[in-house]
This record gives sequence, C-alpha cells and structure tokens, in this order.
Amino acid sequence: MFMILGYPAPLMFGQLLLGLINGAFYALLSLGLAVIFGMLNIVNFAHGALFMLGAFVAWGLLNFLGVNYWFALLLAPLIVGVFGVLLEKTLIARLYKLDHLYGLLLTFGLALIIEGLARNEFGSSGVPYPIPSLLQGATNLGFMFMPIYRGWVVLASAIMCLITWLIIEKTSIGATLRAATENAPLVQAFGINVPRMITLTYAGGVALAAFAGVLAAPIYSVNPNMGANFIITVFAVVVIGGMGSILGSIVTGFGLGVIEGLTKVFYPQGSSVVIFVVMVIVLLVRPAGLFGKAA
Amino acid sequence: MFGFSRPQLIAFLVMVVLVAGAPFVLYPVFLMKVLCFALFACAFNLLIGYVGLLSFGHAAYFGMGGYVAGYAAKAWGFTPELAIIAGTLAGGALGAAFGWLAIRRQGIYFAMITLALGQMAYFFCLQAPFTGGEDGIQQIPRGNLFGMISLKSDLAMYAVVAVVFLFGFLLVHRIVHSPFGQILKAIRENEPRATSLGYRTDSYKLVAFIISCALAGLAGGTKSLVFGIATLTDVHNAMSGEVVLMTLLGGLGTIFGPVMGALISTAMENYLAQAGAWVTVIQGVIFVTCVLAFRKGVIGVLAERLKIQL
Amino acid sequence: MTLSRRSLLTTTAAGASLPLFGRRARAQAATIKIGVLNDQSGPYRDTGGTSSVAAVQMAVDEFASKGFKVEVISADHQNKPDLGTQIASQWYDRDGVDVIMDVPTSSVGLAVAGVAKAKNKLHLNIGSATAELTNGACAPSVIHYIYDTYMLAKSTGGATVKSGGDSWFFITADYAFGKQLQADTSAMVLASGGKVAGSVAYPFPGTTDFSSFLLQAQASGAKVLGLANAGGDTVNSVKQAKEFGITIRIATMLMFITDVHALGLDVAQGLTLTESFYWDMNDKTRAFTKRFLPRSPNNYPNMIHAGNYSAALHFLKAVTDMGLPAAKASGAAIADRMKAMPVVDDAFQGSIRKDGRGMFPAYLFQVKKPSESKGKWDYYNQLQTTSAEDAYKPLSASTCSYIKA
Repeated sequence: MFMILGYPAPLMFGQLLLGLINGAFYALLSLGLAVIFGMLNIVNFAHGALFMLGAFVAWGLLNFLGVNYWFALLLAPLIVGVFGVLLEKTLIARLYKLDHLYGLLLTFGLALIIEGLARNEFGSSGVPYPIPSLLQGATNLGFMFMPIYRGWVVLASAIMCLITWLIIEKTSIGATLRAATENAPLVQAFGINVPRMITLTYAGGVALAAFAGVLAAPIYSVNPNMGANFIITVFAVVVIGGMGSILGSIVTGFGLGVIEGLTKVFYPQGSSVVIFVVMVIVLLVRPAGLFGKAA
Repeated sequence: MFGFSRPQLIAFLVMVVLVAGAPFVLYPVFLMKVLCFALFACAFNLLIGYVGLLSFGHAAYFGMGGYVAGYAAKAWGFTPELAIIAGTLAGGALGAAFGWLAIRRQGIYFAMITLALGQMAYFFCLQAPFTGGEDGIQQIPRGNLFGMISLKSDLAMYAVVAVVFLFGFLLVHRIVHSPFGQILKAIRENEPRATSLGYRTDSYKLVAFIISCALAGLAGGTKSLVFGIATLTDVHNAMSGEVVLMTLLGGLGTIFGPVMGALISTAMENYLAQAGAWVTVIQGVIFVTCVLAFRKGVIGVLAERLKIQL
Repeated sequence: MTLSRRSLLTTTAAGASLPLFGRRARAQAATIKIGVLNDQSGPYRDTGGTSSVAAVQMAVDEFASKGFKVEVISADHQNKPDLGTQIASQWYDRDGVDVIMDVPTSSVGLAVAGVAKAKNKLHLNIGSATAELTNGACAPSVIHYIYDTYMLAKSTGGATVKSGGDSWFFITADYAFGKQLQADTSAMVLASGGKVAGSVAYPFPGTTDFSSFLLQAQASGAKVLGLANAGGDTVNSVKQAKEFGITIRIATMLMFITDVHALGLDVAQGLTLTESFYWDMNDKTRAFTKRFLPRSPNNYPNMIHAGNYSAALHFLKAVTDMGLPAAKASGAAIADRMKAMPVVDDAFQGSIRKDGRGMFPAYLFQVKKPSESKGKWDYYNQLQTTSAEDAYKPLSASTCSYIKA
C-alpha cells in the first residue's frame, strides 16, 4: 500500500477529506456568525439551531411536499431566512441598546427552544435524509475512495463562501454594509435604511447556516443535536480567527477542519480537542485572534 | 454580622429556618439537589453579578469537582469531608488554568472562550480513564463523616449538605462585602478607571474567577456524594446553560437570587421530568422572557417592590 | 410511528411523575406496580422504547389476575446513568414501584441494578447487554433475562472466526456495553487462535458520522470489522461502510430485527447476527406476534420486546405463587421464586439460573437477500442454535459473589 509518513495513503487522504468537509461547515457557520456580529454586534448563539432547522426544513420539504434536494438547497435557506427576519424584528431588535451579553443570552434561549421542539418532535436520534440520486455512489481515485456527495459538500460550500465574500467585498451593497458596520449614523444620514439593512444581514447570516444544514443533512442524518455539537467548536474557530475579516473566517474554518482531520490520523484521541488546543495557543500568542484587530 | 443589612439578615434567618425544616416536609434527596445547585449558582453569580464576567463554561468546574470527589471517595477511600475538599481544590485548580487564559479577552469573547474551554474539559472527561467515560463513576459511597458518622441516611447527608451550602453562601456574601469585593464591583462598573487607580484588574478578576470555580467544585463534589454518581451530565455545556438560567431567573447580582433561581429551576425539572424535551423548551422561553422583560429576576423585582436590598 | 409513541407517553406520564411530597404517595397495598425504564427518544428507542412498554402491558392484560391489580408506568432515561439512578431511587422509595423492567444501555442498567441491590428491590433487566449484570455487578434481586455480551461473542463471534475471519478491528460504543462486548469478543477471537488488529471507541450517544472510524478500520488490514455497538449506531455504521466502499467483512455483534428493518434488506443482506427470539420461528412465536402487532403496529417484536413480555408474565406468575405481601417484602425472595419456576410462554421456554442469568438458546441468523424475502419482516435464515448451557458463561467461571456463599 502507498504510504505517507508511515501512514497508508487512503487513510491519510480519507481523513483529510473528512476534515475538509467539517472545515466547510466551520467556514460557512463562522462566516455567518462574522457577518451577523459585524453588523449587529451580537454573537448569534442560535446559529447552530438554525443550521439544524435548515436540515429539518429540507427533510420536511422532501417528505411532505416532495421537494427534492436541489430545490431544498435554495428554499430552505430562504425559509429559514424569513424566520430570521421574524426573530430579528420581534426579539433581537429590542436589545441593541443593552450590553452585548444579553444578545448572547437571548439567542441562547432561542436555541434551546428550537432544539427542544425538534427533540420533542423527532426524538434525539433524528430522521434520515437520503443522498440525492445524482450524487450517490463513489469514485475510486486510486489513492482513495471518495463518496461523490462528500466531494460535492466541499465544492458547494467553497463556492458559497466565495459568493459571500464577493458580495461583501466587491459590490456596492457590500460597501454600504461595511460602511454601516463602521459608522451606522453616517450611513443613515446618506438616506440608507440601516435598520432594514440590519434585518437583512441577520437573515443572510442565518440563511448561510440553513444552507450548511441542508448540505449536512445526508451526511449526519437530520437530528436535533447536530447544531449544538457544531456551534461550540465554531465559537472556538471564531475566537481563533477573530471576527475581523470575512476571508479570515473562511480560511480559519477550512484550515481548522484540515488540522482536525490530520489529528485523526496521527493521534485520534486528540481529534476532539485539537481545535480548542489551537485556540489556547492563539490566545497566548495573539489574543485578538489571527485575523482580528486588537480590541 | 457578615455585612448583612437588616432586611438581608431577616431574609437570611428565614432561609436558615426553611433549610432546617424542609426535609421534614419534602423529599430530602430533592432538597439536597436544590442546595447543591443553589451553591453552584451563588458561585456563578459572584462572577456575573459582581465582576460582570459571563462564564459560559462553569459546568467544567462543577463537574470536575464531582468527578474528583467521587473518585477520591470511591477509589482512595477518602472520608466525605476530605473528598469534598478534594473536589473543591480540583474546581479551583482548573479555574486557575482556564481563568488565566480567558481573562485575556473581555465581554463576549470572554464568554465564548470560557464556553470553548468548558467544551474542552467535557471532551477530556469523556476520554480520561478515571471518569469512567459515558458510564460515569457509579456507586460512590457516602461514607462516614470524619470517619465516624454514617451518612447513609438521607437526613444525615442532608445536614452535611445544608452546612456546606450555608458556608458557601456566607463566604460569597462576605467576599462581596469585603474591600476586595468593592474593587471587583469597581472593575465591573469601569475597568479602565480601576486600572488607572492603580489596581491590577486582571489579578483581581483571576482571583474572583478561581474562588468561583472552587465553590462550583465544592457544589459538584457534594452533589456526587449525595447521588452516589458523577457523570458527563455535570460537565456538559447544558449544565453551564442551566446555571446561567438559575442566576438570571433569580436575579443577577442579588445574594438570594441564585438560591431562588435554583429552587424554581430544580422544582420545575422535577415536576416535568416526564415531559422530556419540553423542559428544554421551557428553559428557552424563560431565557427569552428574562432577557426581554425580566432582567432583574424574581428576587431583583421583589427587592425593588419592597425597596430593600436582597 | 410518532403518533403511537406520543399517545403512549402521555398515558403513562401521569403515573410516572415524581411526587415532591413523596412520603404520602404510596401505592395501594393490593396493587403491583411495574416500572418500565428505557430509551424512548434516543438511538435505542426502536429496539425497546414504547414497544417494550406495550409488551409489558400485553403480559399484564393476558395474565388472569389472582386478586390484585397491576399498574404499569414508564419513563425515558435518555441513556444517562445519573437520570436512571434518580428515577429508580424515586420509583422504589416513593412511588411504591415493585419491579423495574427493561433498562437498556448497559451503563444505566448497571446503575439501576446498583440501586435495586442497595434497596433489595427486584430489577428485571431485558435491554442491557453487559454480562457484568450476572458477574461483578450481580445481585440477589437482579435478573438478566434474554441475552448478554458473552453469548453474543460466543454465537456471532465464534461463527465468524470459524469461517475464516480471524483478525479483527473493533468500532466500539464507548461505554459499559461496548467495552464489555469488545472484551468478550476479543477473548473469543484470541481463544480461537485469531488476533485483534486494533480498535477505536467513539462517544455515545451523539455520534452519527462513523466514516473516519471506518477508514481507520479499512487501513488496519483486519479481515473483520466488529461493530461493538447497537441500535441506530449500528444502522449508521453499516450504511456508511457501504457509502465509503469498505470491503472488509462486517460482524454486527448486536443487531435486532428492528435494525435490519431500518437498514433495508438491500444494505443488510448477508449480515449474521444473534437473537434469542425470532417472530417467525414457530407457531407459538407467530401467535405471540399476532397478538403483539395491534399494540405496536410499526414494529414487529424483536428479542427485547418479546423478553419484556415473557419476563413480566413470569414475574406475575411468581407473585401469584408466593402471595402479594411476601412478594412485596423482598426483591431477593421474589427473584428466588422466579428462579425456582420454569419459564413457559409463547415467546420463551427455559429457566433462570441461580446467578440471575436467564437460560434460553441463542440463535445465529443470516439476513436474507431481498429476493428470498417472501413477506413483511421475513428477514432471517437460521444458521445455527447454541444451547443455553453453551451460550452463557458457565457458573464455574462466574465472578458473581453471592452465589458462592
């Protein structure tokens, strides 16, 4: 068998692929968190729950309305985005004048509600979601055996990250958004409806989470805890990357996924804590995070 | 006495009477659970209420205290008081390490870092051999207090738990009303100002963090002896959320709030034990309601009505 | 599926709530109270869950009562040992529960057995697998009914090694059950001259993606992948092994017909597994199944469901035999009476050994190809039968202390 550093190549590449997939989810989720934090100054603890909700919406669309995976990939983020608008308008908007910690507590409560309801309805082991027929099966790449769907997940999330980055950095909407992050009253003075922009930003952020949820559905089987398992790791990713830049959160997300994957090859017992260890090291060396501006 | 105001002293005496009389009316095991959580919430409140630090991973110290006390009692044959002290020290030591890291960042980042570190502690406990992984440490003996008094009966154990709780409660109160506590409050109100007055605010914050974690370890260690079991439930981040809930519901920064919050929250769980995930939903609703409309909490509102400090 | 589960839950919830003012809430003296404690929302909800509650209720309904009432309550332990301990203590102490049944998830089963032992109350364990229940953790008031890790290792493990699968890699659920099953199977493999190439333990519950462990197994070069897990975890592992094109032979060390159903014959065909009950075995089991199905329309009975029925029936017979006051007085006494009587009903025929081990034959099955299956839930071909004496650890090797006294 072909070996790398004393480890069989299929194992190495396989774990790297799995790392990239996890990294894709880290990137999409931390990207959404960063976008929301930049604009609303709120750490959206409900992000994991909305990720899970996206997966359940896709499941519901398939089982009740017969809507297939591809349309769900479009519709679920839209539906969850609308839900996000409701949340922002009715609840989160009341907190802008208070200490940021209250935003964290409120969204934490929202996460409990959403996850509790899902657990009530579906039990804690959840429901299966089939891989779309177009992406079933696997190809043998010679050095490894790759399930087509898993490859697709990496590709799709990379594309989505790129689109988000382009919108924020290269379009006029993005420019206004960045300006409003820096100085909201000034942007408002230019006649731009900042509150609506905040709402839409929140909707956009949670739509990203829902998109990730639909991508994850066929892999993790749709279950109420799928978001809770991810969100804390994503928080660590955010602390490592710093919430300063969009590109930063994407790079950190994928990067840490790969590190996690490699740990599974060299020291499997450490794979669940490696990201936190990286966080500790970054805190010691660069407290503001890799891409963050000093507070 | 202990820096109590007159209404506080009255409230305290009422609480002592209730703690002493309750086991003759209510199921003692339930009451012991309440007292353990009340102590845990008091420890947590010391940070959020008086230093303004939201530690979102406090279950780590609670759970670690439970594991160490349980392991000491079971594997090393420690007497209960020594086992509980071991748990307290474990909570404090872990708090020293994590606190030293976490105080490098403020506000929301502090919350996220403590949360992440708490999760790390959880994964550690999941894999460390001495915790028994998913099985936990089972059949922890309650043992004999000072090697003499058997704690097998629930009432005897209750007496110990009540003493531990009152000790912890008074300690927190004493700290808050000491000169050290005044500086903590100054840091909460305006940290740069406290710094400019020459206080090394990071050291103060760290000491407060360690004390809080040690008390959390004390509560966790006591709980594991009461139930004879220490498991991952106590280090899980859901437990961290629960202690935030208790404190928020009872009233941040009030000395009786955490106790009230722990009582309500534990009673609710007990009554709704069969409702399964509805407990989670209700907890979520309480969070949302408290944050939006009830930020002072039960005791906070009560104190405001009565125009006293509680 | 969800509907029946929910309605069952609500009917039992009222009875199971834990009274705060417990001292007054004693069960009436002329009532026998059976508490079914199991997983009703997690990975094992389909292997036991509310269908187990229904099976116990069926036994109660079919049992011609001899002058006492029988009440069945249930609760969800969520696979948490601490929650199991708390519910068990309150049931025994405050709610006047006479026997706690089922309790899958070995970590919880051991915790509940500990409570039963301390309080001299009866515990009939059906759902847990760990052989510790009749060895290191045995107790005079605890009976382990229909299967254990030793018997699974002997039946499935033994047959696999015999057919050439002599090097193993384990994927193990990281708690009492998984560890015990891996240990028992490893011992079996080593004793037959095979070897263990490696193993990986994963957190339970909460793991849904097994692909990285599967890759490790593939890379280990072992001939057999032993899955030391159960329920939803086994289902996911087998599915993902197929997705990743894992070519080594899979030994599902603990699998139930309900899991086969969840996988579908397409994926499950050819797997070998051990159960001590199959609904389509003979006229009696078919008659049992016919009566059971209206109570659990979505699940044909597996060995846990059938075991709950049989254990409840056997318990009620023993209570009638010794009289209500004596039965309530001591868990050990009622257990002794159950051990003294032969087990005879539609689902099981056998006995209970003095260490609390239920003695029933173990059957090795192979899952049918889709083309072989003639009807609903027609899933198994029987490969071999191991007699109870051969399937279980002999008393001479037992580490149970009280039987030696």
